[in-house]
Amino acid sequence: MLSRHPSAPETSQSTFEPRIVAFFCNWCTYLAADLAGTSRMKYAPNVRVVRLMCSGRVDPQFVLDAFAHGADGVFIGGCHPGDCHYQEGNYKTLKRYHLLKRVVKEMGIEEERFRLEWISAAEADRVRTTINQMVEKVRELGPLNLELKELDKAHAEEVLV
Amino acid sequence: MPETSGFSGPEAVRVGFYVCHCGTNIAGTVDVKALAEYAGRLPRVAVSRDYKYMCSDPGQALIEQDIADHKLNRVVVASCSPLLHEATFRRALGRAGLNPFLLQMVNIREHVSWVHLDKKAATEKAQDLVRAAVQRVALHKPLQKRRVDINPSVLVVGGGIAGIHAALTLADAGKQVYLVEREPTIGGHMAMFDKTFPTLDCAACILTPKMTAVGSHPNIKLWTYSEVVKVDGYVGNYKVQVKHKPRYVIDELCIGCQECITACVYKEGKTPDEFNLGLSKRKPVYLPFPQAVPQKVVIDRETCIEFKSGKCKKTCIEACGDRLAIDFKQKETFDEIEIGAIILATGFKTFDPERSPNCGYGRYQNVYTSLEVERLINASGPTAGEVILRDGKKPESVGIIHCIGSRDANTNRWCSKVCCMYSLKLAHLIKEHTGAHVYNFYIDMRTPGKGYEEFYDRLLDEGVHFVRGRVADVSDWAVHPSEVGKLVIRAEDTLAGFVRRIPVDMVVLSVGLEPQADAQDVRRLFNISCAAEGWFLERHPKLAPVSTFTEGVFIAGACQGPKDIPESVAQAGAAAAEALALIDAKSVELEPYTASILEEECSGCKSCIPLCPYQAIAFVDEKKKAYINEVLCKGCGTCVAGCPSGSIKQNFFEDEEIFEEIEGVLTYA
Repeated sequence: MLSRHPSAPETSQSTFEPRIVAFFCNWCTYLAADLAGTSRMKYAPNVRVVRLMCSGRVDPQFVLDAFAHGADGVFIGGCHPGDCHYQEGNYKTLKRYHLLKRVVKEMGIEEERFRLEWISAAEADRVRTTINQMVEKVRELGPLNLELKELDKAHAEEVLV
Repeated sequence: MPETSGFSGPEAVRVGFYVCHCGTNIAGTVDVKALAEYAGRLPRVAVSRDYKYMCSDPGQALIEQDIADHKLNRVVVASCSPLLHEATFRRALGRAGLNPFLLQMVNIREHVSWVHLDKKAATEKAQDLVRAAVQRVALHKPLQKRRVDINPSVLVVGGGIAGIHAALTLADAGKQVYLVEREPTIGGHMAMFDKTFPTLDCAACILTPKMTAVGSHPNIKLWTYSEVVKVDGYVGNYKVQVKHKPRYVIDELCIGCQECITACVYKEGKTPDEFNLGLSKRKPVYLPFPQAVPQKVVIDRETCIEFKSGKCKKTCIEACGDRLAIDFKQKETFDEIEIGAIILATGFKTFDPERSPNCGYGRYQNVYTSLEVERLINASGPTAGEVILRDGKKPESVGIIHCIGSRDANTNRWCSKVCCMYSLKLAHLIKEHTGAHVYNFYIDMRTPGKGYEEFYDRLLDEGVHFVRGRVADVSDWAVHPSEVGKLVIRAEDTLAGFVRRIPVDMVVLSVGLEPQADAQDVRRLFNISCAAEGWFLERHPKLAPVSTFTEGVFIAGACQGPKDIPESVAQAGAAAAEALALIDAKSVELEPYTASILEEECSGCKSCIPLCPYQAIAFVDEKKKAYINEVLCKGCGTCVAGCPSGSIKQNFFEDEEIFEEIEGVLTYA
């Protein structure tokens, strides 16, 4: 069963702090997040960044795994179209994203919980605003409670293939 | 915490954890003591410490000592961005005899302490990230960097003062340099100037010797009227394709005698001369300016009668005689070169003042840009150095308006840095040439630099007028008899506290500097980034100002941001030194983040092959399996994510390692 981690604390709407897993590419969005830091911008502390060399490395399974392990949202950040450090990895990401978005939706996960954003190394403010927006949106949606959706992992993999 | 599979091995994993205070940068927002205690309780963590500055020598020594004393075989450092100090800590591991890739860094400064205010939330986030790293690092495998030879040649793109200086520095050091310039001559903007601030030495006098040195240097292959069209490869081993646009003149045969220009059927020039910014006309066959390097004429296909009708008498060919240098059938050609490093010195463009219509440029004929006035003042310019109005008269009063297309929320927000100084220079030169009253309208006078403030003082003594305030508009609307037939500059005088109307004969707009129109295309071609404004992005604004995020590609001069000549030259020297340091090392280490095929698992479906932009994946027919050429692989991991059978792995970013990290950040403490 896809389920939140057993030790996850009980959450009520009022104290709910969303947990968002972000996959940032090394060359654009991760750098933008670094720049947000050096610029001392302030944003919501709910995002946990996993660094990858390219957004093209984001295996759809990473996204599903994050949801399965209790992420309330998943955020992929890559270079703008045409700007990929590896020429076209982000186009592959885009294709996978659209497909995966349908799968995720079918699993009963609201679309707003899964977001792809192109953020260049210079767009620190965009890291800030995107994270803040997403945290707010997911906070409104409340915790992702996958147990209720009655989807098992096997089914998830079936859909994926 | 549930035990995760994948740790089985002959030796037990022993993690050393270190959290850096970074003074108060981290410790001010993250409870570092609590974080160290927390990490110490995590499975497999043998040592957990906090220290004031982990990157310092004693900080690194601490790790090395612990590796020896506690038999650590994995290290996690929670400090700043891995892009800053991953290399530092990897070296520390290496010194202690541990493979450098058995390290994982946790970015708790840029991604935590600097962006959050709530200490509790920041500490919790740091704990999540640390837990993920501790779990992940257990799966790390020893990796070896690949060492590849470096081609000792360098490509310099752009033949302005920065490109020229960089090319000469490298060539003097004995390196083969390819200098590619898209215009028919090198020289760039500097060749258009008359004098340079603050010393007032003549631009041509100091530039042309360098230009000719480039043209005759045995180590420089100069390609003008050429463009880089394709860039392949990686640091130390770039393959670049250069397109040579047809000049319709054979380089080797043209001796620059210019007899063809005299002989052209056009008795007068009819085409706006690009070098003089349209202030004069040129013929279809022309030399951009007298000191052009190379001294080879160009035929402009758009205006040449032979190209338009095919019925020209071709007096140019006649004049060229047995030199046979003119070739109307010339086609564009291509060269492929192999180089080790690239220096981009592609410069800037000036702001188009028609975007600020209140200044009247394009509407009133005696409103000029500063660059146009440079040409007017220049002895080899369209008026042979006479500062005159369109009707040929000398101006009696001139208004110079600063900050056109700079420091303006409607156009460009940045300060173009050079305009105050060149406006002062123009004020001095105009006064010297015409004796006119010169008014400078400025927002702030910005003259930091050696001898710059002194130059400003000199101008104040020379009797140039200064009005502090933004100009509202320039018009020919006279409200007083003294304004009839003049251009009226309306400006707020913020020192006197009222609005002035100053009638002048000539208006000079001090236009700002902007990124080149095709800066975005160029940066894509060379795989580098731009800052938000479109200037090329340096690796670090302070400590790596000429490096980029692409190894082996350096930037110099105003393509990185507005710069004056001394700064451009300094940067060009720095870029040349960086390139030299790279290629003189003879070989370079590449990150081992490449992908490889797990043969037993590969089903031979070939779906990975089109995913690779570098053609690094081939299909081995005998085995019916895919094969990745590690030399060509750049380590993006796109094929890994796309493999339906999970039979490709990427070093340092293996599926299991990332799953472990995902689960790590989400497991509740």
